[in-house]
Amino acid sequence: MRKYSSHLLYGSFCLLILIAVQENFLNAYLQLIIMFMGVNIILSTSLNLVNGYMGEFSVGHAGFMAVGAYVTSVLNVWLFTSDRVFGPAVLPAGSVIYLFPVTLLMGGIVAALVGLLVAIPSFKTRGDYLAIITLAVNYIVKSAIENIQVIGGARGFMGMRNIVSSMHEVVNVPWVMIWIFAGTGFSVWLIHRFVTSTYGKGIVAVRDDEIAANIMGVNTRRMKMVAFMLSSGLAGIAGGLFAHILGYINPGSFTIMKSTEVMVMVYLGGMGSLSGSVLSAVGFTIILELFRPLQVIKWVAIPLLLILLMLFRPEGLLGHRELTDVFPRLRRIFVPQGKRA
Amino acid sequence: MNIDTLVQNLLNALQWGSFYALIALGYTLVYGVLLLINFAHGDIFMVGAYIGFFLATFLLGQYALALPFSLPPHVIFLVTLLLTMILTAFAGVTLERVAYRPLRRKGVNRLYVVITALMCGLILENGNLALLGANRRNFPQLLDNTVYSLGGVTFSDVKLLVIFATIAVFLLLETIVRKTKLGMAMRAISYDRMAVPLMGIPVDTVIVFTFALGSSMAALAGVLFATAYPVLEPYMGALVGWKAFIAAVIGGIGEIRGAFAGGFLLGFVEIFVAAFFPSTLRDLIAFSILLVFLSIKPTGIFGVARATKI
Amino acid sequence: MAILEVRNLTHFFGGLRAVFKFDLALQEGEVLGLIGPNGAGKTTVFNLVSGFYHPTEGDICFRGNEIVRLRPHEVTALGMARTFQNIRLWNTLTVFENLCISQHSKLGYGILGTIFRSRGFRTSERCIRKTAEEILDILSLRHYANEYPKNLPYGLQRRIEIGRALAMRPHLLMLDEPAAGMNPGEVDQLIELITWIRDKFQLTIWLIEHHMRVVMNICERIVVLDFGETIAQGTPEEIRQDPRVIQAYLGDADSIDA
Repeated sequence: MRKYSSHLLYGSFCLLILIAVQENFLNAYLQLIIMFMGVNIILSTSLNLVNGYMGEFSVGHAGFMAVGAYVTSVLNVWLFTSDRVFGPAVLPAGSVIYLFPVTLLMGGIVAALVGLLVAIPSFKTRGDYLAIITLAVNYIVKSAIENIQVIGGARGFMGMRNIVSSMHEVVNVPWVMIWIFAGTGFSVWLIHRFVTSTYGKGIVAVRDDEIAANIMGVNTRRMKMVAFMLSSGLAGIAGGLFAHILGYINPGSFTIMKSTEVMVMVYLGGMGSLSGSVLSAVGFTIILELFRPLQVIKWVAIPLLLILLMLFRPEGLLGHRELTDVFPRLRRIFVPQGKRA
Repeated sequence: MNIDTLVQNLLNALQWGSFYALIALGYTLVYGVLLLINFAHGDIFMVGAYIGFFLATFLLGQYALALPFSLPPHVIFLVTLLLTMILTAFAGVTLERVAYRPLRRKGVNRLYVVITALMCGLILENGNLALLGANRRNFPQLLDNTVYSLGGVTFSDVKLLVIFATIAVFLLLETIVRKTKLGMAMRAISYDRMAVPLMGIPVDTVIVFTFALGSSMAALAGVLFATAYPVLEPYMGALVGWKAFIAAVIGGIGEIRGAFAGGFLLGFVEIFVAAFFPSTLRDLIAFSILLVFLSIKPTGIFGVARATKI
Repeated sequence: MAILEVRNLTHFFGGLRAVFKFDLALQEGEVLGLIGPNGAGKTTVFNLVSGFYHPTEGDICFRGNEIVRLRPHEVTALGMARTFQNIRLWNTLTVFENLCISQHSKLGYGILGTIFRSRGFRTSERCIRKTAEEILDILSLRHYANEYPKNLPYGLQRRIEIGRALAMRPHLLMLDEPAAGMNPGEVDQLIELITWIRDKFQLTIWLIEHHMRVVMNICERIVVLDFGETIAQGTPEEIRQDPRVIQAYLGDADSIDA
């Protein structure tokens, strides 16, 4: 029973929200915030894999997100709608409700392949130099998209609204919300399984002492590749979902500012803490909304917040610990019996 | 491409590379001493340009409070340049004092200081936007920008000024680092940061000096940039700053020669890409070259890989 | 039969000759000491053998496999484990996790197994935990299983590092200055521990050590290195009396006079 308590809790939470949405208890604005929370959770947990658990310093997460967003969106528009550029629909529009996860996954896979661009240089270099490489990849992705006119170039790409509405035509439930819940659950589940296994802990060994890890039997190159690809793939999935919340994307949404936002979430929650990343993604989404009336000052206040955090609690809210370590009582509910911390 | 356009592009590249080189210098100096990527440095460049703007307009008597006498534009330019460099140096040192030093004193992970630097950059950009509003400002024309023509090649006073100023700065800095006590202390710190304080070298003084030097070079770049391209906006430092940083890395971060080599190299790449391809591809190609370069030689042109001892 | 055969091993760092024509045949079950003055190239030999450096020249044959071109984790997988001169434990992982992760080369699953918790994953994880628990008991580290290594005393960290190497169930255990920085009491314990490990696990042990009490007590055979070259080898008794060794350590009496 305990083994599945977190799954059950998450499942019932999602169901509750979905019912609330269906019965119009939640207005569109609140729905939007909840959906952004989901996307942010995927982004922060996936970046934490590289920046927290593996101790690298990737500053270009939004680039991978962009790849996923564009691949999924273009695939969907090409397959399921009649479009001026891509011609008539290839598949019946209704089938999108089954195939959306597939296109989403495709976006993730392509993003993971772009992640190789970062993973391979990381064999030879790390730290500051790798930071620049990730930054460069972010810019490369953004300017590549800006230069591909077929998908709208700098103007952006739209048509995802039609995809969403053709989902609604089949069954009228909040589809995007459902996919986001599924994606968020999937991502946290995946990362949790990864970092709690001996295999996945290899990346923590890489962070602590890469040379020792390699000599003591960890295939450091493979671990780096796996971690970077997993991280960027999940960011791609987050991007695909993000595109379908808005129904419209442009390269300007995936700048270094977006990457910075994700980094803030990771460091706010604590490096190497999965529950910390989830919490900070939720908290940060709310803070972002609360600060919205401040307009520009928002982007003075948020960095200031992080600076103060670095000064007074540099390890972040949780820092290498999980909620169950901070509140041991939670362990009774969430940690299966007979498992060592 | 005929010879005229080639020379023209070379000249443009030299000027464009000069800006990168001057800014890259700040990155490289600070990195050499503190092993810190001062991500706020691009915005120090922006701050420099703005300080220059306000000084110049003040000296021109555009505000209610004005000087009782008027100065010729050339003098104003020189005074502006010098005062801007001093004031921006103060700004850079303040940044170090307020944001980085407390962290360093606490002995936290180097990464946190880098993140703080990134955040300081955002604060500078957006703080400027919040304070001064989104409208762009035009830098007053202080030098009558005479354009000469030699064959098919045109060049202006400003362009030559930028290039020569950069070369002069390079020579000056090389001398400072090689000949003065403070400069030698800077090199010593980057060589062995444990032993230096034990030898009685005042590390904090060296750090302050480094930030002051780097920031004043960024200010120089800022004023020169504003003279050549007289439109100021709060985000002007962001992209230029990132690229200058790339230049520093390509050159081999921590090396003064590297900052100049990298800066000019990046300038050449960008100008010649723009000459052959649509200009929208400029960033794409520049960053791709960086990626390939760093994958092959991660330490940059002049950087030396530090051996790991086990 | 030789478990490890090194032939003509030569390594240059730039122009510096670190190891020159080093030959060695390590017999199964032997305890061999590698000694020499500071900077003689001892650790470099270890680094070459464990795959961290690739030699300029020479062959290394470990249990019938040519290992010169292999990467460190591939060498490890063949059954070679080592410790480090400066302790290199993973400090944000617990002692128990340290013991688990060093079994990485024996994992019976990959990324998919991790995600789907395959049968291979479960048996492999069980086996890893069991081995780690055994090591905890054998080295009496049970009490520290959930501690972080950096919070533990130095002698204990050395023991954990040996435990981490043992958790791989190696055929050859290489110890790089295991007694460095230990007090006399800890050194006695260490001597006891190494002898005991050798008997218990039927290992071949190769160690670098400056501490003569350790070397003379444990090693059956000693190789002396100076300026990257083997200057002597033999039993502890022979080495103790070898004039070349005394000269390498204490310097040439004539040259001092001159």
